[in-house]
Amino acid sequence: MKILVCITHVPDTTSKIQFTDNNTKFDKNGVQFIIGPYDDYALARAVELKESLGASLTVLNVGEAETEPTLRKALAIGADDAIRINAFPTDALFVAKQIASIAKENNYDLILMGRESIDFNGGMVHGMVGELLGMPSISPVMKLDIEGDTVKMAREIEGGKEFLEAKLPLIAGCQEPIAEWKIPNMRGIMSARTKPLNVVDPVDSEIATDVTTFQLPPAKGSVTLVDKDNVEELVKLLKNEAKVL
Amino acid sequence: MNTITKQSINGGEFLIKDTAAQDIFIFEEFSEEQKMMAQACQDFIDTEIHPKIEEIDSMKNPDLVPSIFKKAGELGLLGISVPEEFNGMGMSFNTSMLIADIIGGAGSFSTTYGAHTGIGTLPILYYGNEAQKSKYLPKLATGEWAACYCLTEPDAGSDANSGKTKAVLTEDGKHYIINGQKMWISNAGFADIFIVFAKIEDDKNLTAFIVEKDFGGITMNEEEKKMGIKGSSTRQVFFNDCKVPAENLLSERGNGFKIAVNILNIGRIKLGAGVLGGCRTVASYAIKYSSERKQFGVSINTFGAIKQKLAEMAIRTYACEALCYRAGQDIEDRMAALAAEGMEDTEAKLKALEQFAIEAAIAKVHGSEVLDYVVDQGVQVYGGMGYSADAPMERAYRDARISRIYEGTNEINRMLMVGMLLKRAMKGEINLFEPAMAVGNELTAVPSFETIDTSELFASEKDVIKKLKKVFLMVGGKAAMALQDKIESEQEVMMSLADVMIEIYAAESAILRTEKLVSLKGEEACKQQIAMSQVYLFEAIEKIQTAAKEAIASFTKGDEQKVMLMGLKRWTKSDLVNTKELRRQIADYMIEKGSYPFS
Ligand SMILES: Cc1cc2nc3c(=O)[nH]c(=O)nc-3n(C[C@H](O)[C@H](O)[C@H](O)COP(=O)(O)OP(=O)(O)OC[C@H]3O[C@@H](n4cnc5c(N)ncnc54)[C@H](O)[C@@H]3O)c2cc1C
Repeated sequence: MKILVCITHVPDTTSKIQFTDNNTKFDKNGVQFIIGPYDDYALARAVELKESLGASLTVLNVGEAETEPTLRKALAIGADDAIRINAFPTDALFVAKQIASIAKENNYDLILMGRESIDFNGGMVHGMVGELLGMPSISPVMKLDIEGDTVKMAREIEGGKEFLEAKLPLIAGCQEPIAEWKIPNMRGIMSARTKPLNVVDPVDSEIATDVTTFQLPPAKGSVTLVDKDNVEELVKLLKNEAKVL
Repeated sequence: MNTITKQSINGGEFLIKDTAAQDIFIFEEFSEEQKMMAQACQDFIDTEIHPKIEEIDSMKNPDLVPSIFKKAGELGLLGISVPEEFNGMGMSFNTSMLIADIIGGAGSFSTTYGAHTGIGTLPILYYGNEAQKSKYLPKLATGEWAACYCLTEPDAGSDANSGKTKAVLTEDGKHYIINGQKMWISNAGFADIFIVFAKIEDDKNLTAFIVEKDFGGITMNEEEKKMGIKGSSTRQVFFNDCKVPAENLLSERGNGFKIAVNILNIGRIKLGAGVLGGCRTVASYAIKYSSERKQFGVSINTFGAIKQKLAEMAIRTYACEALCYRAGQDIEDRMAALAAEGMEDTEAKLKALEQFAIEAAIAKVHGSEVLDYVVDQGVQVYGGMGYSADAPMERAYRDARISRIYEGTNEINRMLMVGMLLKRAMKGEINLFEPAMAVGNELTAVPSFETIDTSELFASEKDVIKKLKKVFLMVGGKAAMALQDKIESEQEVMMSLADVMIEIYAAESAILRTEKLVSLKGEEACKQQIAMSQVYLFEAIEKIQTAAKEAIASFTKGDEQKVMLMGLKRWTKSDLVNTKELRRQIADYMIEKGSYPFS
């Protein structure tokens, strides 16, 4: 059994988001990068499957050299080897094509990734990879077990849960509580440096989108508290200050 | 390990020699792998400890701390310093400092951790024979067994060698029967292994034993009710005819006091690093709270009085980081150098640690006092909320206080550092007298009017450091001559000299760290670090001046005193620094970044 986990390299959730170059580029200065939290869950489940089924586990990232520490962290958590496709992950289709090309070569039985990245939150890559490979792609998966070549899953849907089964090979976009995310142990960290991290060139793919500019949400204004009995004051403020009446 | 071109000086020699910036290790040089380890450790604290801190400190669930302890073991955190052949990680000394540093942010668990991995495990690692090491270390490294260290007794605290606990060999020579009472024993409540110090017959010195709980004859009092680190088990332990196999004697008969001293020596420098996690956490809380809390219509972080506190927390933490990792790497390099010369590995490690015992004592005292400063100001930034048990500062404030007491009180450590230095000088191991004589001659000579080229970064600061070393040599040299062997009983003078030593080492370390950082990143990227080093030095000069004056006043009179005061004035002269502006600039940067941003 061969498992591939695709991970994103994203700013830590507490990072201050700023832009440069006329609001066209994300300002990486001083930002700490992490494995995408949803990808982290996918990786944690993959490590469990690797242990229980004796599978091999490869992690993949489409990114430039700076993402290698993130890949090495995935190796420390338990992946056997890593692939970095040496390209800036411009948009979802570009990334999906890169993943599909590696997946075609290597015949993975199971491809896991997060339900979405937490930088651009597209949530499209798993679907696109499914389409490109002609495999079922299911998301968001919150439970995943394998019995023979059958994958039993639970998926979150509006107002409830859906239980479904599918045959391998398969692609899943994961979210909690599929597994508890794992802190790498010291031995894992030390062994990461001896595990292979292969850098491959991207396949040609046209880039379909172009970011013209980013805009931050307006800064939160200050809050004025009005006593619950003082309706007059509230109306006055809504009229004169907020100018919404 | 650093490059071979590194010039390494001996312990204590920082007082008479200059160190080049490239010869020290700085926090910013930790590798990706070391940083990943630190992050894993931080993640462990954030998920396993911080959310449960109330429950841990309440001690209501006796299984909680042992279960967290086991998890730390699974992550490999308990075997950092234990060699791989004994199930440990075999990591370098400075890596173990880094892990102690991060765990320092874990409240009472940091004591649990330090007592097990430090004073609990290291006696066996450094002094155990092969059989003892293979029996105990693998289980200690993985957390299957927990360890504690039983030195202190009701009547033997700082005077540890005066303990009354007795060990008597049975007639068949197969066992020692241990009887006695130990006090303040961290981890006692759940420990499986007790390192016990006792006296055999009427020996002058202690002997150390490895005692398993299952040997029987061990009872305990209830948990102590403490001011802080409430979640860390601390109990009195009684040994009543505790039967210990003779082969569990550690090292040799009478070697226990030496073991205790050397192990505490490691504990001290680790405690220096072990305050840093706490300092950063508290500073970060203070930064966040001060940006959220509004008074007079604005965030309190816009007030100069608050900025001053935020900046000062960072400045002292930065200096402490600088000195701890500088000393840590010096120790690590010396370990490697001695081993390369053919010295047996354990011997090399112990020798290297002993060599830098002065720096270890400095790290302990400086670190614990920086932490106390930081938590005190943290409470102040929080105002009334700082005093509330619902906010994090109250706990941090209580937890911090122990660091000035255990691993040798700060008074004992201050006297130790001066005492060790003088002893080394007497033995000719460090050439203190020649430089002290030279300084004495310079005192009465015409002052040189040489000016220094200040175009280079830190040229004038480094010149000041050189002069501060002269202050130490002048006061220390005169004190040693005037007081001779009475100096040990003139503790106030010893304390003053210790303060001068600590401040010189800390200020120099901060400046060298920044200088090295500038060489890696350029001056523009290090503006805050430059400012922090300048402010630290400015304050160090003031402290040194006061300490030196007090010492001079206590043992000199008349003309001699006048000459020394003139020397002091000459060697503590420095440019006025606009600390207000610099601190504001540092604080603004911290506020912009939202947490302690310097490591
Ligand atoms: C929470 C906690 C955990 C501890 N954990 C352990 C442990 O795991 N194992 C263990 O063995 N011990 C442990 N200790 C004991 C600790 O190391 C001692 O409390 C410490 O060494 C001080 O000893 P003492 O309490 O007897 O104080 P004392 O020695 O009585 O000191 C009282 C005061 O007198 C000063 N003083 C003492 N002698 C001198 C001197 N010669 N010159 C000048 N001043 C002096 C001290 O600096 C101090 O200010 C722990 C203590 C606490 C509170």
